[in-house]
Amino acid sequence: MRDRAVGWLGLGLVVFLAGGWWLPNWAQSLVILALGKGMVVLGLLLLMRCGLVSFGQGLYYCLGAYAAVAVGKIFRLPDSLLTSDALLMPLFGGVVAGVIAFILGFLLANYRSIFFAMLSLAFSMILYGLLIKMSVLGSSDGFNIAYSTAAGVVLRPGTHLYALYAVAAIIVFVAMLALNGYLRSHRGRLGPAIRDNELRVEYMGASVRRIVHLNYVIAAVLAGIGGGLVALSIGHIDPDLAYWTTSGEFVFVAILSGTANVAAPFAGSLLFEWIKSVAYQYTPYTWQMVLGIAMLLVIMFLPAGLWSLLGRRGRGA
Amino acid sequence: MTDLVSVLIDGVIYSSYLFIIAVGLTLIYGVMKILNMAHGSLYALGAYVAATLVGAWFNAGLNPYGSLALLGLAALLVGVVAGPIIERGLLRFMYGRDEVVLILVTYSVFLILEDVIKLVWGVESYSAYQPYGLLGNFDVGDLPYTVYDALLVIVAVLVGVALTFVLTRTRQGKLLLAVIHDREVSAAMGINVERVYLVTFTIGTMLAALGGALIAPKVSVVPAMGVEVIVLAFAVEVIGGLGSLPGAALGAIIVGLVRSAAVHYLPEVELFSIYLVMALVLIVRPKGLFSAVEARKI
Repeated sequence: MRDRAVGWLGLGLVVFLAGGWWLPNWAQSLVILALGKGMVVLGLLLLMRCGLVSFGQGLYYCLGAYAAVAVGKIFRLPDSLLTSDALLMPLFGGVVAGVIAFILGFLLANYRSIFFAMLSLAFSMILYGLLIKMSVLGSSDGFNIAYSTAAGVVLRPGTHLYALYAVAAIIVFVAMLALNGYLRSHRGRLGPAIRDNELRVEYMGASVRRIVHLNYVIAAVLAGIGGGLVALSIGHIDPDLAYWTTSGEFVFVAILSGTANVAAPFAGSLLFEWIKSVAYQYTPYTWQMVLGIAMLLVIMFLPAGLWSLLGRRGRGA
Repeated sequence: MTDLVSVLIDGVIYSSYLFIIAVGLTLIYGVMKILNMAHGSLYALGAYVAATLVGAWFNAGLNPYGSLALLGLAALLVGVVAGPIIERGLLRFMYGRDEVVLILVTYSVFLILEDVIKLVWGVESYSAYQPYGLLGNFDVGDLPYTVYDALLVIVAVLVGVALTFVLTRTRQGKLLLAVIHDREVSAAMGINVERVYLVTFTIGTMLAALGGALIAPKVSVVPAMGVEVIVLAFAVEVIGGLGSLPGAALGAIIVGLVRSAAVHYLPEVELFSIYLVMALVLIVRPKGLFSAVEARKI
């Protein structure tokens, strides 16, 4: 079972890397964006399997985007791989997000349902309020970021976008494999049990707090890496990355995708970015309405997300 | 000294307006257990309708004092039209679903309403400044305040008193409390729960729109106004304890005073001071200041 998943994911990676070479630039950017945001949604999937919804993943998404360059700016470091490498920057973002989540996790692991959602929202809004007043980090305008190497390899002109595309695809591949393994592990399987009945999980001798804490940190690391990838693909970051509407969008995509499979967040994210770009192009004033209606339809008719369409067909046959 | 007085007065004025908005959210959450994300859009809708009505009123050259009544009328209109459409047309199919799913349903409504507003009113800003200066000024110490602001405070107090009275002293209010306590048993006892929900949601909508209509003369009415206010209203709500009426009042006062103190003394922290307080309150009292004790369900 497990080997099959690895095989499928590996095949997907090869197709992705080979196919990406022929994609036009705009499509490569769109895919990187979708993969980066998909990482955040993958983290949400982990939390949602425990029955928790965070309305503040923007916190880690934004931290991940700012981390590398912000550290360089605040400590006035000379230019180095840390502030110019397409692989290192997102990974560093993930580490920073993970550390912050580890600290906040001691607190948040005690909260459930709406209070969890609201407290995480409060933390992300605090970061937003801080960033918007920090002139060293560009206040509300943010700043531009760029990369010149990928995993230490100096990039030739014209290869930047594909290099980032490849980095994103590989990171996502590794993340999916790791999460797939985690979800099948003993701890991973306790997540849905916590959602169903927390008290019984405690009676069985497992620490609910610890598992929620662990999942929260993993989700933050994923969101941080995702934020770093998106920042590099857009080339610009600003405090809006931490605003509550950004976090809302992630929850939106998570609901759209469903929590059944680690590939679902990326499929959902790709679909979302595509709908968004098309809707934005043709109906700039009603794209939000299109999204809102789409979400209502999913909630009403596909409560387990779009991914459940695949399962349903499989079972019918 | 003057400084402190102005912090207090500004804080109270801001609190009153927050209270009017948050109390609608509280009512809806308390009765229906829905944290209404669309509340901010309904507030914006109230502001737009008020701005349009007031603009038309002054263009027609009618008695300027009538424009004050228009603000109330705008709230009534939005409540009676949008409330039942959303509740009957959408929410009633969702009752019994998870609280978080309901948040997402109202989040969709929020997305839809944001664009409805843009479609109807465009993206440029509106203003309905006339009623604001209409009633003149009065001085506290040597600081001038408008009578309109004082009126805002009075309206907030009236709303609070009226809701408390209805809930504790009338038959309808007691029925409502029964529904809050246990929906199914109330229905079995012959209370028309559907109607209670419809009326609650309509009144909640009306209060959101009233907040918007009353603020319209003070600010320029722009598309993003609902997005900003909803998280503030959440902060008030969460600080006070979800679904608690005195909680909403206390939460509004805390947020109003914190914000006005931050604006006066430390403008850099204005934006996040409120969320900092919200986080602190949640850390100390995980379910807000006025939360009821709940039995742990197995």
